[in-house]
Amino acid sequence: MDAAQLLNWVRGAGLQLAVFIFLLGTVWRLIEIYSLGRKPDLAEARHVSGASGWHTLWRRSIPIPGMMQRAGLTYIAGYGFHIGLAAVVLLFAPHIRLIHDLTGLSWPALPSPFVDLLAVMTLVAMLVVLAERLRQPVKRFLSTFEDWLTWAVTFLPVLTGYLAARHLLLPYTLTLSLHILSVEMLLVLLPFTKLFHAFTVWPSRWFNGDAHGRKGVAV
Amino acid sequence: MSASLARAVNVLKEVIDAPIASYFASCVHCGLCAEACLFYTETDDPKYTPIHKLEPMRRVYAQEYTLIGRLLKWLGLSKPLTDAELAEWQPLVYDSCTLCGRCSMVCPVGNDIVYMVRKLREGMAIAGYAPAGVLAATQRTIEMGSPMGVKLPALKAQIGHIEAETGLTVPLDREGAEYMVLLSSMEIINFPEYLSAIARIMKQAGKTWTLCSSAFEATNSGIQIGVSDLARVIVARIVEGAERLKVQTVISPECGHAFTALRWEGPNLIGRPYRFKVQHILEVLDELRVQGLLKTQGFEEKRLTFHDPCQLVRRGGVIEPPRNLLRMISNNLVETTDPGKYNWCCGGGGGVSANDDAEAIRLIAFKRKKTQLDAVKPDKLVTACANCRIVLEEGLEHYQMNLPVVGLTEMIADHLASD
Repeated sequence: MDAAQLLNWVRGAGLQLAVFIFLLGTVWRLIEIYSLGRKPDLAEARHVSGASGWHTLWRRSIPIPGMMQRAGLTYIAGYGFHIGLAAVVLLFAPHIRLIHDLTGLSWPALPSPFVDLLAVMTLVAMLVVLAERLRQPVKRFLSTFEDWLTWAVTFLPVLTGYLAARHLLLPYTLTLSLHILSVEMLLVLLPFTKLFHAFTVWPSRWFNGDAHGRKGVAV
Repeated sequence: MSASLARAVNVLKEVIDAPIASYFASCVHCGLCAEACLFYTETDDPKYTPIHKLEPMRRVYAQEYTLIGRLLKWLGLSKPLTDAELAEWQPLVYDSCTLCGRCSMVCPVGNDIVYMVRKLREGMAIAGYAPAGVLAATQRTIEMGSPMGVKLPALKAQIGHIEAETGLTVPLDREGAEYMVLLSSMEIINFPEYLSAIARIMKQAGKTWTLCSSAFEATNSGIQIGVSDLARVIVARIVEGAERLKVQTVISPECGHAFTALRWEGPNLIGRPYRFKVQHILEVLDELRVQGLLKTQGFEEKRLTFHDPCQLVRRGGVIEPPRNLLRMISNNLVETTDPGKYNWCCGGGGGVSANDDAEAIRLIAFKRKKTQLDAVKPDKLVTACANCRIVLEEGLEHYQMNLPVVGLTEMIADHLASD
């Protein structure tokens, strides 16, 4: 298989297969988790403004006092790579064109040089995240094979995407094929690994905020 | 699989709900919860990372409730939970967690980690891994009416002393009273000032109140060790007493877990809402203050700081009342770092102070409180939980810090206007 054939496959059958597994896996996992339900809380709730599941959805993105001093790098690298990733995925013109072709939806893109900069920022932040996982005793202690694997399948699409966009290192057709292939790997693994937090983070924050909110504590 | 292990797995399967599944699915192993836990910050030992304490429960979740986990289990590729692992996790789940809930405030994906620890304890307890000291205390509460074995005659003797000392009546089993007052055994034995304070405050406010002979003790270690059946018996006794005496409000004493047990877990344990209100004593005092029924005179000369009991503040929502009350009697109130809902635990909640195995680690964890206190150097430490108070006193003594610890209710009572 040469680069052109690979590109054909990743754009055709490969993409369909990956999207199919991603969608089915996501629906399955959401049902698997949320169909477990929860018992109603019979204790009389206290009502305090600012204390609810909905508030916690956004408030939890802000570290509580003292945490920046204790774990600043984790927060900064975490913000850096999440924001960078969201921006390069959603605000890069070719990505928007793809989304438009698939769904008919469209929005303005960021200028390419700016997306390049964000991609570099994302890569640097992810390398810091990796270094921290290797360096910090707690993170190293908690790490399993899944943590290294999910890091790799998140890093590769950004790296190959950057190389493809800048026409660096390898022939363009090959880097583009590898880029799409790495995204497909990410899609396939997302529902079945910790990457699924992309979906569950919101209900998790809501449940936590709701439980505390009923007691009148804004978390 | 041993019978006790099978029971543990069954209980864990039962308690895993959508929030817990969502939390396990969300964890990214960032380790930030460790930074919120005093057992980690004071030891730097990664095994104290809160989410790691839940590993036995996570395995049951993965193997029973996820497609991949079930597939691996079916193929014989997953590691089943063992008795040895439950034994290994006992010190993590009981000795080095006070259910303080600070981890639940920090987790960036929003996991309510302490909620999960509380549920994991249900499984650990049924398999026989609850610490013997706390289990015995719970049994004494069921059989004798109090974890410290304090029976009604001891309370009656205390009532006699207080009536003689104050010249006031301490009502027992008075039907139709507005408030039914509960105590912790610690307050009957070690801090009788509390009951005397209540008598004087209620007199000044002109409120009717009573103690209940069949339910005078509020602490509920069933909640702490994770035995809901026992916790239910203890709560039901209070509900029965309050409904028999037809009181409007039951007052939870200066005890954090008693408040959590009665106010937040109680209705869920008995399976219905109460026909009365539950308030912590500080909420009642703050209400009396607003109504102008609590009048004080004079100010404390010393520099005061307040230790927020976790179950009362972060886990209970009584955040402003202690501060409102302290401002009535002090112009020299200093807050430690991380006050209110962010406060650090004394190290002895969640059954830890009654657990002999935990004593060494508890004193190490107390360094967190020591650091907070060293930074603001108060002359007096005020709190509103008899358990915190004992734990603080022991920790202060261990580190040779000369700092008196007082209960807020009795401090208010000492300043009651004499008109």
